[in-house]
Amino acid sequence: MTTDGWGTTSSTGNAHEYTVSEISGALKRSVEDLFGNVRVRAELSGVKRAASGHVYFSLKDDKAVIDGVCWRGVASHLSFVPEDGLEVICTGKLTTYPARSKYQMVVEQMEPAGAGALMALLEERKKKLAAEGLFDPARKKPIPYLPSVIGVVTSPTGAVIRDILHRLGDRFPRHVLVWPVLVQGQGAAEQIANAIAGFNAIDGQGGLPRPDVLIVARGGGSIEDLWSFNEEIVVRAAADSAIPLISAVGHETDTTLIDYVSDLRAPTPTGAAEKAVPVRSELEATLYDLSKRLTLSKGRVIADRRDRLTALGRALPKPRDLLGLSSQKLDDLSDRLPRSLMAVVQTKTGRLNRLIGGLGTGQLRQGLQYRQERLKQQSARLQPAYARRLTILSDRLTAAGRMLDTLSYERVLDRGFAVVTNTNGDLVTVGASLQAGEQVQVRFKDTARAMIVGGAGTDNKPDQDGAPGMTASVSMQKDKKSTKTSGTKSVKKAGPKPAKDDGRQGRLL
Amino acid sequence: MNDKSKPISEMSFEEAMAALEQVVSRLESGNAALEDSIDLYTYGTELKAYCETKLRDAQAKIEKITVGADGQASGATPLDVE
Repeated sequence: MTTDGWGTTSSTGNAHEYTVSEISGALKRSVEDLFGNVRVRAELSGVKRAASGHVYFSLKDDKAVIDGVCWRGVASHLSFVPEDGLEVICTGKLTTYPARSKYQMVVEQMEPAGAGALMALLEERKKKLAAEGLFDPARKKPIPYLPSVIGVVTSPTGAVIRDILHRLGDRFPRHVLVWPVLVQGQGAAEQIANAIAGFNAIDGQGGLPRPDVLIVARGGGSIEDLWSFNEEIVVRAAADSAIPLISAVGHETDTTLIDYVSDLRAPTPTGAAEKAVPVRSELEATLYDLSKRLTLSKGRVIADRRDRLTALGRALPKPRDLLGLSSQKLDDLSDRLPRSLMAVVQTKTGRLNRLIGGLGTGQLRQGLQYRQERLKQQSARLQPAYARRLTILSDRLTAAGRMLDTLSYERVLDRGFAVVTNTNGDLVTVGASLQAGEQVQVRFKDTARAMIVGGAGTDNKPDQDGAPGMTASVSMQKDKKSTKTSGTKSVKKAGPKPAKDDGRQGRLL
Repeated sequence: MNDKSKPISEMSFEEAMAALEQVVSRLESGNAALEDSIDLYTYGTELKAYCETKLRDAQAKIEKITVGADGQASGATPLDVE
């Protein structure tokens, strides 16, 4: 673009020149055409309710923000109260506000983004209020047994109030004050909270009676329908109520925050009526029973006393009986006195006799007899023992004799040996002591024969005791055919035996 | 006797009923002194009459609160829900 100083403007082609209003209007049309019906998921922030009833807020996500508005007609029919931080899905159109160079979304429908979002909100609020101690069981007030006036906070039309009044009428008709409120939608929470506070404000002076108990009730519905009873303003009003409060919101499975803070939770509106009043007919029956017992007991008080007096009078003993009994007892004792003395003497005598008896000769005699008996026994045992010993010795002697016999030198002679004696009759045990030509006596088994000793003796080392040597010489002479060696052998065999046996015999004897 | 500390007319129905029950069981037990038992009986009949009145007078009265400009209850009008 160029200028040449004074007013002349060089045109930039044939572009149309708009006024601000024109361009703004064009923009508005474009936007509204293009975004006439959109759904936006967003988080609410800066929610503001104007006096006019319109609700202003911002829709935002993590990067962008769009202003939003909800006109009164729409806002009052929302199933929940829009509040900051709530994630919602809005349906509506985009429009611009030319006077401020702004654009915004006009929301025609708004709902929480899923039940999860509402539940999370509920959970968070519940935690916060619990932390304040609003749900503390110690805060709960007892429900009066028979209230005169019952205040009911609910919709004045519909099944709920009808159910409550019906059940109250069945059980115990009472004076009921109904505070009409909206039970869902815009403003419901405020109305409910105001009603609870309003009932508490009645002081009974201005013509209206103050309720003894409150029932806050609503029929079943979705979580959004029941949402007003989760609102903090309602929960706080219920917590602040000085009048005991029964909550009955939705069905048994629905639990709203007012149920935590109420003094008693009823599962249904009908249940609330049942908890509020007792059954009149049952009370009448109890009263009838009590009055009957009262009348009966009146007569009984006197009658019982008369009966007891009569019974006691009858139980009083007659003076004669009292004396008689004592005198009988005296007689009895007098009778027993001498006898008891005799019994003592008898007992003592008995004991003395027993002691004397123990002193007699009987025990001495008994000791003697016992010893005699033992002596006799021992003597009796002595005889066989002695005999047995003799037998043993005699047997041993016999055996020894037999052994001696067996081992005597005569038995040796039986086996072919001979005994040599010199002329002096001395036993010749050493062959070397004999001279050639010397005469010796040789004794055999059966007889003795004289013999002459031949040449020199042969050396016979093993037979050192001598006697066998002699025997060997003799035997050589006696058996000339046998060789020297065989002769020696035979001597060797027989030689030692007599000597050994001699020793054994000695030992035996 | 703590029941007598409060005038019957100030008692709740429940209190009067409990007092009557106590009177009856004391009379029935025969433990009350003779002079006392006559007083007790009289007291019991009064309690009974009071409870009967309370039960007999029970009538349904259904009203709707009208709310004033200040948000407080300003009055009540009969409510017909049928």
